[in-house]
Amino acid sequence: MSIVTTLELLPLLGALLLAVIPKQNALLAKRVALATSVVVLAVAGLMAYRFDNSNPAMQFVESRKWIASFGVNYAVGIDGIALVLILMSAFLVPVVILAGWHESENGKWSAKTFYILILTLETMMIGVFAATDVFLFYVIFEAMLIPVYFLIGGYGRGERAAAAMKFLLYSLFGGLLMLAAIIGIYVIAGNQIGHTFDIAQLSTLHIDSWTQDFLFLGFFIAFAIKAPLWPFHTWLPTAAKSATPGTSILLLGVLDKVGTYGMIRFCLTLFPQASKTFTPIIIVLALISILYGAFLAIGQREINGLIAFTSISHFGFITLGIFAMTSQGLSGATLYMVNHGFSTGALFLAAGWMVSRRGSSKIEDFGGLQRVTPILAWTFFLAGMSALALPGLSSFVSEFLVLVGTFTRYPVAAIIGTTGIVLAALYVLIVVQKSLHGPTTEGNESLKDLNLREKIAVAPVIAILVIFGFFPKPLLDAINPASQQVMSHAGVTDPAPKAGK
Amino acid sequence: MTTSSNLVYLIALPLISSALLILLGRKADKRGHLLATLVSASAFGIGVMEFLAMHSRTGVARAATQHLFSWISVGTFQVDASLLLDQLSICFVLLITGVGTLIHIYSIAYMSHDRDRRRFFAYLNLFIAAMLLLVLGDSYLNLYVGWEGVGLASYLLIGFWNQKPTYATAAKKAFVANRVGDVGLSLAIMIAFAQFGTVTFEGVKAGVPHASAAAITAIGLMLLLAAAGKSAQFPLQSWLGDAMAGPTPVSALIHAATMVTAGVYLITRSNYIFDASSTARLLVVIVGGITLLFGALIGTAKDDIKKALAASTMSQIGYMILASGLGPVGYAIAIMHLLTHGFFKAGMFLGAGSVMHGMDDEVNMRRFGGIGKLMPITFATFGLGYLAIIGVPPFAGFYSKDKIIEIAFNAGGTKGWILGGATLLGAAITAFYMTRLVVMTFTGSKRWDEKAHPHESPILMWLPMAILAIGSVASGFFFNSGNSLVNWLAPVLNSRGVEGGAELMKPIVVSGLALLAVVIGVGIALTKYRSNVPVEAPENVTIFTKLARKDLLQDSFNEAVLMRPGQKLTAGLVKTDTNVIDGLVRLVGAIFIGTATALRRIQNGYVRSYALIMVLGALALIAMIWVVTL
Repeated sequence: MSIVTTLELLPLLGALLLAVIPKQNALLAKRVALATSVVVLAVAGLMAYRFDNSNPAMQFVESRKWIASFGVNYAVGIDGIALVLILMSAFLVPVVILAGWHESENGKWSAKTFYILILTLETMMIGVFAATDVFLFYVIFEAMLIPVYFLIGGYGRGERAAAAMKFLLYSLFGGLLMLAAIIGIYVIAGNQIGHTFDIAQLSTLHIDSWTQDFLFLGFFIAFAIKAPLWPFHTWLPTAAKSATPGTSILLLGVLDKVGTYGMIRFCLTLFPQASKTFTPIIIVLALISILYGAFLAIGQREINGLIAFTSISHFGFITLGIFAMTSQGLSGATLYMVNHGFSTGALFLAAGWMVSRRGSSKIEDFGGLQRVTPILAWTFFLAGMSALALPGLSSFVSEFLVLVGTFTRYPVAAIIGTTGIVLAALYVLIVVQKSLHGPTTEGNESLKDLNLREKIAVAPVIAILVIFGFFPKPLLDAINPASQQVMSHAGVTDPAPKAGK
Repeated sequence: MTTSSNLVYLIALPLISSALLILLGRKADKRGHLLATLVSASAFGIGVMEFLAMHSRTGVARAATQHLFSWISVGTFQVDASLLLDQLSICFVLLITGVGTLIHIYSIAYMSHDRDRRRFFAYLNLFIAAMLLLVLGDSYLNLYVGWEGVGLASYLLIGFWNQKPTYATAAKKAFVANRVGDVGLSLAIMIAFAQFGTVTFEGVKAGVPHASAAAITAIGLMLLLAAAGKSAQFPLQSWLGDAMAGPTPVSALIHAATMVTAGVYLITRSNYIFDASSTARLLVVIVGGITLLFGALIGTAKDDIKKALAASTMSQIGYMILASGLGPVGYAIAIMHLLTHGFFKAGMFLGAGSVMHGMDDEVNMRRFGGIGKLMPITFATFGLGYLAIIGVPPFAGFYSKDKIIEIAFNAGGTKGWILGGATLLGAAITAFYMTRLVVMTFTGSKRWDEKAHPHESPILMWLPMAILAIGSVASGFFFNSGNSLVNWLAPVLNSRGVEGGAELMKPIVVSGLALLAVVIGVGIALTKYRSNVPVEAPENVTIFTKLARKDLLQDSFNEAVLMRPGQKLTAGLVKTDTNVIDGLVRLVGAIFIGTATALRRIQNGYVRSYALIMVLGALALIAMIWVVTL
């Protein structure tokens, strides 16, 4: 059994264990969940240690027949891109559990159910990045909606039921388009090489450009909803406003990455020709997302809505990097996915603590927190600096790589994207000023600063933002061969320097 | 090239100290400022040792490098964390750590009553580390890290007392204006990579002869945009006056002596770009020329002593930018003025801080007067800085500013007359507003109320002022004797002596004219302000004074052209998002519900309609299979 399968089964095992413990013992449920997620992180670390950067092929592969009559396999394997995303997911789950120790308490159901949902989701998060069979990917892609639906609808705030339904319908719609495209490519494979869902084999098909365009769109729209890209984004702020901070982190930090990951793994790999055809439109959509998300973030009065819109802007950067089709663009976009998980994670954590302490998520209800809760204020500030991609923090490396990688092929797009850094300064500094600076707003005088548990939860995230700001090399060394592989398959090379010697 | 293993400590020591002071929290309140000062002094010590070592080497061996680690490596985009200490960066290292240490010492006393003194010193150390990285990085991307790092330190220090909303706003404004400049720096780096496949100074320099003129000009203009943001040059100048919200030692270190001059460093460091593009050079001198007059005019009407000095800083950096736009003849002169300005302006800011310290933090010069007698050391040190800035021989500013005026005329032709005229006019206005400032503050009758008890500051404060005053007196002579600074920098900047060029006038004539301008400026100020300064600013003033008081409408312009349209756009987009885009989504949802309702009607229980639908469905299925297998 591959270590990837072990990694997938571990959280499920924890969930099974949770199922048999008594409902009343919430503390035990929390401890079991936390312990499980820490073990998963350790095994993920072991996997990263054994991962061979010099081998561009899929590693730790395993394939078992699943539905033989349709050629469906349980097939998994990871390359550098999948590796870093799995690591990021495995890292965020224990952080989320520890940071939101009391998140499960205001729900419709028990704490036990909450953690069963979280751990089941973790299994799927690992599985979705590891799947090398399109059908397996699709099944997990859709199945992931279920735990998230219940996490928002059962444990969220405000109009949680409506938000959960909006999220579900949007995603199902995208999923249906993808299903149609998957059936299409399956039929074509049946005619050319026999029935299979194996990504590597499907990528060798010869598909005429007209069909390729349609199939590409089926996948792309599903991923653009997931990521989300303008104009498919309106479910995200609604969901972020209603979900618990922990759910928001997993939703924006990990699940949304399935969208941008899918663009690389499926759109570019299976339909390189169509990818090139649609690149101009997609770059325009990415640029709109960058600027539109930033403007909307500036205009938000609600702190979680603000974070959601900054993410829409960031997903614009990621998509831009992917479709720039240069090594810097692709590697930068992948690194961006990882960094965004931590960066937005830190923002949601800090904002979540602010909201739960104040009992309001309106930005105007905060003010002067720097004096009252200095450590919480520092956390929020540093997370904000990461969101505006301050050099020295990890997000700068990825944002700059995306922009420089875009510039070498599409200078005008890069110039427009670069203006986004001014808007980023505005959306971060405005909320920092309103919530942390100025005189302490009435009602905030006796707010409590972070306790030890909360400090332990957020410290590793902040440390990662700083460490990978200066030493992104381990991540990039893993990612680079994989993005080279994608590029060579798509038949593109980096533009050469213009000033020839 | 020599390799050195000490350069990293210059940055690492203050960086670690800064992190410690923040992470230790209140535990470090008692001794934190001592650690920070000690670290800054050690950095200065390392700097001096490196300077002596460099001085003893000759030729190309003078420059030293230290490779730390591979930072970013993707395809051909290879950026190493690597440091370069050459003849240009050592000037900055000594200025930053030297003036920095003096200001650390000064702040021990100045901030002694502040409950957050430890945090203040943490930020100062952070600034020192970032600024050293800015001047030591061997590539544009390394420089960029320091570049935004000093921006962060500046933001934190301007907003040090951010409980006051206007101060918090000032900090934000500075950061955002700087970010506009950073777009320029980002794009310059991107163009450089697309052109040369590298972003190191050395690599770009080597590639310049092979690149198209358009690309070089584009890089030059983007670098100029970056410089304008960081150095408060037109049209990104408006943040500097508000930045005076920071504690006065910060204004001295960051917003006078070091950070705001980073733009001059960037342009002189990129001399190979500007040498190759006359268009870029022309824009540099235009920006410098406009700003030197713009700042000087604002300086004439300010009653807030710090804002008057800030306007003066803007104007003096305008001189440096202008000089650096004049090509090989100007780079070294720009650096010379930068260094002398570092001494006299930092000294005067500390003097202003000393006055505020004795006057209950009053900054309005109309409420000063006659302070010189009560604060003799402050008056004396400030006075020496004053003589230096207005350019009285043999004080420092005389040498550096005179040279700028001279090379401005030497640009030749109409350009020479315009630039020379502007610098000469600037010199007269400088003499005017500085005399006004000194007279209103230190001489005349006292205009403060009874509560204030002006007294001389403690030794920890006046000693740094005295040392800077020595620099204000002697540095110009020292840099100029035997053309020492120009020759020292020549290997990096390709700089030449002032001689040559299209001489419109003999140097002695230029000096005479400059002195005449100074005398006129001083004379007008004396007759206007020597006696009789109203405590309230008079209202019946000329339109020019009114405009200058309002910073020549820079904020009104930005608000009307950028801020308010931006706010309208944001509000409009928020509405569009909820009503139009999400509205469309809801419409689709409603259509589905409508369809579902309609479909429900088909479920009418009649077997015959079910049969019909089954037949239609089967036909559709057959048709599909036929199409697929075709």
